[in-house]
Parts: sequence; structure tokens; C-alpha cells
Amino acid sequence: MNEDIVLHVENVTMQFGGVVAVNNLSLDVPKGKIIALIGPNGAGKTTAFNCITGVYEPTNGLITFNGEPIVRNHPVGAMKKTYAGLNADRYTSKFVLPKEFDESDDAYEKRKEALKEIDKYAFTDTQLAPTADKITNCGIARTFQNIRLWKSMTVFDNVLTAKHMRAKQNLFSATFRTSIAEENRMKEETVQLLEEQNLFRFKDDLATSLPYGLQRRLEIARALATNPTLLLLDEPAAGMTPQETVELCEFIKEIRNKYNLSVFLIEHHMDLVMQISDYIYVIDFGSEIAQGVPKDIQTNQAVINAYLGADNE
Amino acid sequence: MFKKINNALNPSLRHPEQERASRINKVGAIILLAILYVFLFVLDNFLPAGSFTGMLIPVLRKGAIYALLCVSMNLLNGFTGLFSLGQAGFMLIGGYAYAILSIPASQHAAVYQYFDGGAIQFSIPEFFSSFLGAGLGSFVGSIICIIIAGVIAALFAALIGIPVLRLKSDYLAIATLGFAEIIRAIFQWNGFGIITNGSNLLRKYTALSDIRWDIGSVSLKFGTVFVFLIVTICILLIVLLINSSYGRAFNAVRDDEISAEAMGINLFKHKMMSFIISSFFAGVGGALLAMYQTTIQSAAFTSAMTYEILLMVVIGGIGSVSGSGIAAFLYIAANEWWLRFLDSGSIGSIEVSFFRGGFRKVIFSIAIMIIVLFFSRGIMGDKELSITGVINWFKNRKERKLAKKINASKEGE
Amino acid sequence: MSDFIQANLPYLLAGISVGGQYALIAIGYTMVYGILRLINFAHGDVFMAAGLIMVFAAASLPMYISIPLVIIVTVLLGFVIERVAYKPLRSAPRMSVMISAIGVSYLIQNCALYFTGGLPRVFPSIPWLTDTVTIFGAITKRVTVITPIITLILVVALVLFIKKTKVGMAMRAVSRDFQTSQLMGIKIDNVISMTFIIGCFLAAIGALLYFSNYQSVIPTSGSMPGLKAFVAAVFGGIGSIPGAVIGAFLIGIVENIIKGVGWTTFSDAFTFVLLIVILMVKPTGIFGEKKTDKV
Repeated sequence: MNEDIVLHVENVTMQFGGVVAVNNLSLDVPKGKIIALIGPNGAGKTTAFNCITGVYEPTNGLITFNGEPIVRNHPVGAMKKTYAGLNADRYTSKFVLPKEFDESDDAYEKRKEALKEIDKYAFTDTQLAPTADKITNCGIARTFQNIRLWKSMTVFDNVLTAKHMRAKQNLFSATFRTSIAEENRMKEETVQLLEEQNLFRFKDDLATSLPYGLQRRLEIARALATNPTLLLLDEPAAGMTPQETVELCEFIKEIRNKYNLSVFLIEHHMDLVMQISDYIYVIDFGSEIAQGVPKDIQTNQAVINAYLGADNE
Repeated sequence: MFKKINNALNPSLRHPEQERASRINKVGAIILLAILYVFLFVLDNFLPAGSFTGMLIPVLRKGAIYALLCVSMNLLNGFTGLFSLGQAGFMLIGGYAYAILSIPASQHAAVYQYFDGGAIQFSIPEFFSSFLGAGLGSFVGSIICIIIAGVIAALFAALIGIPVLRLKSDYLAIATLGFAEIIRAIFQWNGFGIITNGSNLLRKYTALSDIRWDIGSVSLKFGTVFVFLIVTICILLIVLLINSSYGRAFNAVRDDEISAEAMGINLFKHKMMSFIISSFFAGVGGALLAMYQTTIQSAAFTSAMTYEILLMVVIGGIGSVSGSGIAAFLYIAANEWWLRFLDSGSIGSIEVSFFRGGFRKVIFSIAIMIIVLFFSRGIMGDKELSITGVINWFKNRKERKLAKKINASKEGE
Repeated sequence: MSDFIQANLPYLLAGISVGGQYALIAIGYTMVYGILRLINFAHGDVFMAAGLIMVFAAASLPMYISIPLVIIVTVLLGFVIERVAYKPLRSAPRMSVMISAIGVSYLIQNCALYFTGGLPRVFPSIPWLTDTVTIFGAITKRVTVITPIITLILVVALVLFIKKTKVGMAMRAVSRDFQTSQLMGIKIDNVISMTFIIGCFLAAIGALLYFSNYQSVIPTSGSMPGLKAFVAAVFGGIGSIPGAVIGAFLIGIVENIIKGVGWTTFSDAFTFVLLIVILMVKPTGIFGEKKTDKV
């Protein structure tokens, strides 16, 4: 397994009742790269994000982060009846690795070992479905498509509160102010983050009183406050002016370099995607239809069909 | 560059002016509290007993207790956004725990007359009195009993919280209400009578009148001071919590659960913390209420009691500690004192036929409905009362009047 | 065997009868919740008010006037409560509306306290209903036998009303999607008022039957039946009428069996245990539908 892969998504399927929102999606995010997930409206992009960040529990599939499985599920119970898609047994003890033609036993065992290296719970019935906060704790932070800032709090408190998880303190030391040094450190870091984003002058304003573009920036600042190594951006340019989008583009690259981040983003804004991404995955109706570097995607017929509609002749 | 870093190192990140204001507020609050305590001490001991002090003392005591209950409910409902209606249940646990642990051993036979003197045969205040003297002994003993009462309430909350806190908004409300009713039924059940005295009331435990200091022939009373002391400490603790990192996390959970969780805040853990802490203080409040009432009976802790506290919180402003405090005193004073005449059948010497028993409550509930419907932010909204705030308000009064005039003349044009 | 029946039948009959009365209240809760997503805490008090109005009406008016009068006044009360206390808060957070409902409940109870002077008022005995009858050797009031029948007739009528009429269709639409139905030209306020009117009509009938059995009315006599009916509604899956009826009968019967066994203290607590169990196991109730939040 390539050690440079930060996020590895394998065969992830998400069903709501009979609707398959994400179908057998697999992708990789290498370290330090910017990867984009694109697709028409309703293609299942945000659902894929929600599966990765623990908001939803996927029906089937495996997600690893820095080689460690973080989400691992297989269709059981009620889902068993409805899910009969690809890889239905892949994450259960019933799974048998298919023997390739003319393969020696040795090679077969090696393949098995390799699989176990990615997924240490392979060939067992183990499920992993952590809550979102545990995944954030691993170092994955995200923003939301429909901005979800804490609306009764100031800009400053929005960022400061995101630092809560990493603070070395407990209920008593926080209440009785014995961890005041830790609190001051958190505040200092918050100031730095806000200054970097040019948000410091708004620090005492209510988060929701900011203009739209700045709210998106604040969301990114808040995500950075959790000290992530992987940043998931859900349509960061939605509702921005062309000028703001250009700035955003630079900004994403800047924070990537500064914090050694890997970035995985969903976007509709094709200019932005083509300019910024190192690699692109395209999905439609939950399934992958293409992947490649931006240049190839621009000319890919399947992608063009998905966006513009195929000619039915 | 240097300047920036200095600014960043400044822990509070405030302007010097804000710094000054916060200092004024802190010093002012301490001075005001000191004056208040001196006044309460004088009130307890040296003011002649008359109809005025006879009303003022109970109103102050009950008001302070309800202030604590309101703040503890506000922590949960206002700051964490959990709509819980279990307050009465936790108060009941606290009140009973306190009473059971502080009934003197010699009184057990009389109190538990239907249960052969009950199962518990010791009293914590009595134990301390045996070597600290009656006054100090009851003081130390009752404080320990109050803390135990809070802890027991908190333990129950931890147990109840495991299933209940997974529920959302109104389901949470109804489930906590249900648990409060179950707690009441358990305490009324004669099967536990040897501990709870079944459906009979508990009495003869250490009450507020026992908190006193005998010097020779002079006996100094500390009843009201004691209540205020406990309430001040508890509210101070809650305020410190609310202004800490955990308090901010609670607010985040209230504002948006999904993004709070996405930012690494463990929802269940933080909800549980808030629930347990709120219940601890509800238990303490219940214990103080037991001390105030001198008798306690589980039948009184109905959901109506929770509703009353909730309405006080709403009147004060959901999300304001000082609002809760103000509302509690106003509510208790109006209910128990100022509006009494509505029940008495006359204003001064004028007879009014519809002023009879219960009319006060009708007027009261209409007033509450008006507040709920038209002033839903309550007295304080989510703001806090501060000394500098009040000073500025008075300073700016002239400017506001001027601004109003200007606006009026503009509209007139 | 016949001894056993004779000893236990009264409890079972009482249970079925109380269950029917709870069902009539529970429908009010479930319909209001289905449409407004509001626990109408005041509904139990409206039920109590109906009983009290009957006490006062029957004191000076003949029965054939006072019964319709009670129903009309109760329905008006429900209508007014909705217009005054809930309508202004339509766009307010859910917590505010719930607090308003608690405020209304407090107001009704205090008004009742004022009018009764805090004394229990004896409920007038309605002729024919309160006559004693003997069933399988068990002696009981006729109301006990009549209640489940009346309940079932009313429920069937209500279900037909909701399935077949235009107003019923509007109700179903509003409970599905408040905003969209408003955009589709449904007069939301009328539908909501209609819901409260139906709920209060059934609560009034429930009150007449319930208090005929229990004889006296006090200001708080609505809160317990109200809470129990609400639990019944949750049990059946809030928003579902058949669910509420089944839940109500179940609670009524089990509660009376518990009383029969001699655990009267816990007959009320049982309801809440049931509530908590159902919320843990299946929060949507037996007939409820699951909803997921969109992120």
C-alpha cells in the first residue's frame, strides 16, 4: 500500500431505504494533494462526505485514514434484505478472496496479507461506525455546503470553540481556571488564525452578520482550528463572486502549503476545480463515471454527457 | 510585528477600556455582595419582627433558592439547548436526601412512626454538633448534607441521562417529565417507607432556624445569610463554567449539533455533563427548599413545579444568568407578597367582589402569557446585567432621548 | 374460573373504558403534533375545563342543553387558545411554542382554581349513562360499557373524515409538509383551527364520559389523563390516529390491572415507564415514520 495515501475510500455504498445515494465509490487522497469530487446536482457528493466524516453510517465499505481503518461497515440486519449490490460480502467473515488464474498459494497468501494491511479487520465481522467527533479527532476537518456556523457566537468564539477538542484540560481545571495557560494558548492561536484569514477585525461580530464569502472563510478557519491533516471542503466557492473565487483558489493552496494539508473538495465551479485540483473524481447517480487529471476530465465524453446530457439518437 | 505578538499574548484580548470595565464590575460586585450580606445579617438578627420583615425574610430566602433553581435550569435549557422538564424530580431527590440525612436520631421514632423509626439511625448535623457545638455543628453538617444531596441528584441524572439524552427536543422534554413522575411515585411508595417515610412527610430535620451561633446568652441567627451564601457560591460556579471552554462547547451544541460534532465536540459527553451539573444544582436547590420549608413531602414536587421554574427562566430571558436571578426574586415577591391583596377581597378598605382566593394566580398567569407571547426575550434576553452596563445605560439615557426626539421630528416632517 | 372473572372483570372493564377516554384525548394530541409539531401541554387542561363547564352548566340548565353547550364552549376554548397563544408564534422556535403551551396550561389551571375556589366540584350524574348495569356478574356503570363503543364510532368517523373529505386531505397535506402546502394554496390557519376544533370536540366528549365515572373535578384533574393520553399518542407513533387509540386502550387496561394487583402508587408511573421504553426502543412509535435530517 502506498504510504503517501492519506484518505482511502473503498467500495463505499450508502442507501436510504431503496435509494442508492452513493454506489460502490472508491477513491484515494494522496498526501499534500488537492483532490476534487465533482458531479451534477444530486450525484451523491455530499453524502460521500457525510459517510467519511461520520454523519452517516455507510451501508457498506471501508474508509481508512493514514492506513488506519476509521469507518468500516457491511450490510447486516435490516440492510441485508435491501442491499445485494457489489461487494456485499466484502467486509464480512464470509469473504473469500477470489483466486486469480494460475496463482501460486504463496502469491495468494501475500495478496491476503496485503489486504489485511489496509484493513486490519478484513475477514472478520467487525464494524466501525464512530461518531463525527471521533473522526474529527483523528485529524479530518470539514466545512458545510449550507454554512453551519454557531449563530449566537462571535467570530472569535466560533474559532475558539473549535479548539475545545484539542485543549488539555478537564471540567474542573476549566471551571476553576487552573488551566488558564491552556486557555490563553487557545486564544493566541485563535488570534493567529483570524489574522491570517483577515478576519481579526470582525472578531467581536456575530458570525452570521458577516457577508457570505467571509462566512465561508470563517468556516474554513474554524475547521483549521481543529488541527487537521486532511481538510474536506463542501462547495467552498458556492455563492462567491468571480473575484472571491480567484482569491479562494490562492487561499486554499496557501493553507495547504502552510499547514501541510491534504485537501479533498466538492465543487461546482469548474474554473476553480480545473485550476486547483491535482486529480478529479466524477460521479453521477452515486457511481463513479470518470477519474483523471483535470486535462483529461475536460475532454472526457462521459463527463460531458453527464453534465450536458447525452444525445439520445 | 512585535506589537502583534504582544497583542496576541494578552490573555483577554481586550481594549484597556474593556479591561477597566471588567475590573469595575468585579470590584463592584464584591462590594455589593458585602453590603448585601451585612444587610441580611442585620435583617436576620436586629430588625424588629413585623409584618414587613415577616414578608421580606421568606421572600428573600425563597427567591434566592428559586434563583439557583432557575440558573441551573437555564444552564440546561438556555445554554445547552436541552429542553428538559425533569427539574422537580431532581429537586425531590435533593430535598429528600438532605432531610433523611439530617433528621436527629432521637426524632426518628416520631417522624417514621409508621415505619418503626426507619432504617437510617444517624444524623450528619448531629454528629458534627457533638464536637463543634449546636450552631457550628448544624452549619457544617447541613453543608455536607447539601453537597451529598446534590451528588445523589447528579448520580440519578447520570443514570437517567444515558437513555434520555439520545432523544431530541420535545421527546427529551416528555421523557424527562416522565422520569420526574416516576421518581415521585418511587418516593411515595410505602415499600421504601423505612427510608423515604412513604407518602408521609419528613420533618424535624435541620432547618434554617438551626443555623445560628450562640455566644453566651446571645444567639445570632444566620438563616438568610446561609441561603444566600450557598446560592451565591453555586451560581458563581455555574457562571465560571459557562464562561469556560466547556461553556462555549455547550453553546455550540445548542446552536448547531451537527457542526458541533463535526468540530470534535462529543455530543453525548457534553450533554451529559450539562445534565449532571444542572441536576446537581437542582438537588442543592431542593435541599435548600427543604430547609426553608421545614417539612417536605414528595407529593408537592409535581410537574407544575417544573413549569413554574421554566416560566421564571423565560421571564428572565433564556440564556441569561442574571435574568434568571432577577425573574426568580420578582416572581416570588409578586406571588407571595405584592399581589397577595388580590386574594384578600379588598384594596385597602375598598371591597372588590371578584378579589377572592385564586384571583392573584389568574392575574399572574395572564401576565406570564403576555410575556411569553409579546416579550419572548424576557427581561434580559441573552444579555447579562453588569455594573458598568447599568452605569452606561443611565449615562446614555439623555442621548437616547435626544435620538428619539430627532427621529420623531424627522418622521413629523 | 367464574370467580376469577368476577373478581377481575371490573378492572378489565374499567381499563377498557378509561382507555377509550384516553383515546379521545390522545387524538387531540396526535393531530396537533402531526400538524404543528407541538406538544399541546394545554390539551389535558382543556379536557378538565370541559368537565368543569359541565359542572357549572348543569347546575342551572337542563341536561339536554348543557351537554351541547359544554361541547360548543370547549371547542370555542380550543379555537381561541390556538388563535391567541399559538398562532402568533408560528415562525418562532419550537421551544417558544412549547413554553406558550405550558403557559396556557398554567392559566387554565389557575382560572379553574379561581372558579372552583380550590374545592372539588361534584360532577352531575347524567341520567342513563350513570345507571348501573351487570355484565357477567360484574356490577358497573353503563358509561363503562358505552365508552369504548362511542370511542370506536368517533374514531371511525374521524378516519373517514380525514380520508374522504377535502378538509381531511388538506390536513394530511399540511402534516406532510407545512411550507409546501402553504405554497399550494391551502389555508393553513383554517386547517390548524379545524384540527384544534376536532381535538377539543373529542376531548369534551371524553371529559363527559371520564368525569361521569370519577364524579369530581379539580383544577389538576386534567394533567394526569392529559399526560397519559400524550404517552399513548407517542406509543402509537405520534401523528397516527389508530396508533394513538391502540396506545390509549393499552395504557388504560394495564393501568387498571396494576391497580387491581394492588400497586396503585405505580399505576401512573407505569405509563411513563412505557413512554421511556418506547422512546428507547422505537422512538417513532409503532406506527410512526422515521425522518432524517438533511446535512
